[in-house]
Amino acid sequence: MRMTQHAEPAVKTPPAPGPKGSDGRTAERPLMVRVLARPEVGVFLGAVAVYVFFLIAAPPVRDGSSMANILYQSSTLGIVTIPVALLMIGGEFDLSAGVGVITSALTASMISYQLTMNVWVGVIAALIVSLGIGFFNGWMVVKTGLPSFLVTLGTFLILQGVNLAVTKMVTGNVATDDISNMDGFDQARKVFASSFDIGGVQVKITVFWWLLFAAIASWVLLRTKYGNWTFAVGGNKESARAVGVPVAFTKISLFMLVGFGAWFVGMHQLFSFNTVQSGEGVGIELIYISGAVIGGCLLTGGYGSAIGPVFGAFMFGMVQQGIVYAGWNPDWFKAFLGVMLLGAVLINLWVQRAMTRR
Amino acid sequence: MDRSSHPRSRRFVPVVAVAAAAALTLAGCSSSSGGKKSEEGGANASAGKATTPRMTVALVTHQAPGDTFWDIVRKGAQAAADKDNIKLIYSADPNAGTQSNLVQNAIDQKVDGIAVTLAKPDALKGVIGKAKSANIPVVGLNSGLSDWKKLGLMEFFGQDETVAGEALGNKLNALGSKKALCVIQEQGNVGLTQRCDGVEKTFSGKLERAYVNGTDAPSVQSTITAKLKQDSAIDHVVALGAPIALIAVQSVSDAGSKAKVATFDLNKELTGAISKGTIEFAVDQQPYLQGYLAVDSLWLYKNNGNYSGGGEQPVLTGPAFVDKSNVDVVAKFAAKGTR
Repeated sequence: MRMTQHAEPAVKTPPAPGPKGSDGRTAERPLMVRVLARPEVGVFLGAVAVYVFFLIAAPPVRDGSSMANILYQSSTLGIVTIPVALLMIGGEFDLSAGVGVITSALTASMISYQLTMNVWVGVIAALIVSLGIGFFNGWMVVKTGLPSFLVTLGTFLILQGVNLAVTKMVTGNVATDDISNMDGFDQARKVFASSFDIGGVQVKITVFWWLLFAAIASWVLLRTKYGNWTFAVGGNKESARAVGVPVAFTKISLFMLVGFGAWFVGMHQLFSFNTVQSGEGVGIELIYISGAVIGGCLLTGGYGSAIGPVFGAFMFGMVQQGIVYAGWNPDWFKAFLGVMLLGAVLINLWVQRAMTRR
Repeated sequence: MDRSSHPRSRRFVPVVAVAAAAALTLAGCSSSSGGKKSEEGGANASAGKATTPRMTVALVTHQAPGDTFWDIVRKGAQAAADKDNIKLIYSADPNAGTQSNLVQNAIDQKVDGIAVTLAKPDALKGVIGKAKSANIPVVGLNSGLSDWKKLGLMEFFGQDETVAGEALGNKLNALGSKKALCVIQEQGNVGLTQRCDGVEKTFSGKLERAYVNGTDAPSVQSTITAKLKQDSAIDHVVALGAPIALIAVQSVSDAGSKAKVATFDLNKELTGAISKGTIEFAVDQQPYLQGYLAVDSLWLYKNNGNYSGGGEQPVLTGPAFVDKSNVDVVAKFAAKGTR
């Protein structure tokens, strides 16, 4: 994770909108403090703590293939958590991402199956649908000025109903048909759901996509004008507009990025499991949002990073699988998960408080 | 996304995407294998049509949206309704309070009969009493084998989850299993827990349990993988639903384990997996039969005063085993989504 070491450039502190970009404090603080005040440092330490804990408590975790499994679980969450985090930095919220994943997978599957098309036709149609959902969310939020919580709650419910009703209408069942014997499936599976052999350990391709997306998102956020716009619209929309930031474009495109993430994971699920059940995906939106918040993004917007959510998703995957590797009584599973996550968030909070207080 | 990102380019993206999709379509991207074209048509079971007066029956279940199992129950109920000249009102909610409101709703509509699942019997007690005082016959199906008589239901159609679990446990013994993993996809669901308890009762080896998040397929896959790695002695994975079983097959190969997969309940992909041998066997409680018999029984009661089981005994729809030896017969029906 080289990105965490970028401490010098002034750009990466969220530029306060307006002429008073910096009040001078940033430059005067010692390097150590500046590094520790980064949004991802708390979650990084939390993730290390959880990792070390399970290394000791659960012997199977020490095995390379177990780590590959944990990273796989983290990556399927993480690929959506990154754009959700960017959106949150931009001051908005998306509750529809979890069922959006399933909508995308259902679209791709049904279009290719029902029209007997090469599966890539379905994949592209699903991308259009997912970006369209993102556009609709963003457009509604920008045009109506309603809180994104309400708008995306609406979309969440609409998609849940549409997923079920359309699937039933089209296929006659509540799950899609198996597309694994159709043209293009093997190709698409290579892109979205294959594995690589690294030193005898099978690592899922989603792990690489996840890290690649994180690197790109981090670069965009820290080094491009678009990144500045994202911080600006999340920090203070009005002053951002006053200094010429295209607020509507930035917000709508951020929602569309979440759509892209949902599409990608949807395609992974489709090509990994061949069929999709229309009722899935409910509740996962909260995990994406927790991943971003644990990763150091503020629910109020204007602050956060793209690397923090990577550790946020990792922590979630680590705790979820670690409990199983440790062989603890599974009746307590959810309770363990909650306690460990709260603990991790508290470490995160404590580090941030301790470092920013000076 | 680079520095030159510009509002105008936004209009461009959808245009390009649509054009690309159109081009692909025109370029003859049809698949030469699989797809709708290869599917053979087939209507649902039908046995003529009754000429008795039109009646209305409400079926109220605790289905969570989009579950393949309940879709089969509903198809069975619909087939009976079509045959018996019945208007079927189907409604469902996994939340017990909401389910009892749905039963109240059916009473308010003055239906001629109610079929209800008793996943949480206590929550439905009051409203079932109201149906009785409104002289609406009520039958039970699927869940509630131990409570239907207490609540004063007329008949019950279903499988004893514990008995089904016991049958599966015996089968594992016969296959020489030493250690099995019971995968529960919904923490706190009584029926699922009873199945695992039943397996534990008769199984002579050791039964481990794992909870997975049923609404997130990748998470189901990694959790089962994790459990198989944690305990390499596990030689059988017991899934409690067909979609979970299909995911478990991938976990087994990911974990490099030699475990076999067995499951409760069927769907059309699962019958394919049984023929291929990737899934060893399934215990079927015949959900189509449950829906069909429940609705048909209300017609019989109204038109001929009959009670299945005489109001004393439940009518068992399972456990029926489906394995390689009989899967071909079942697969035909599963392909239509009715088994």
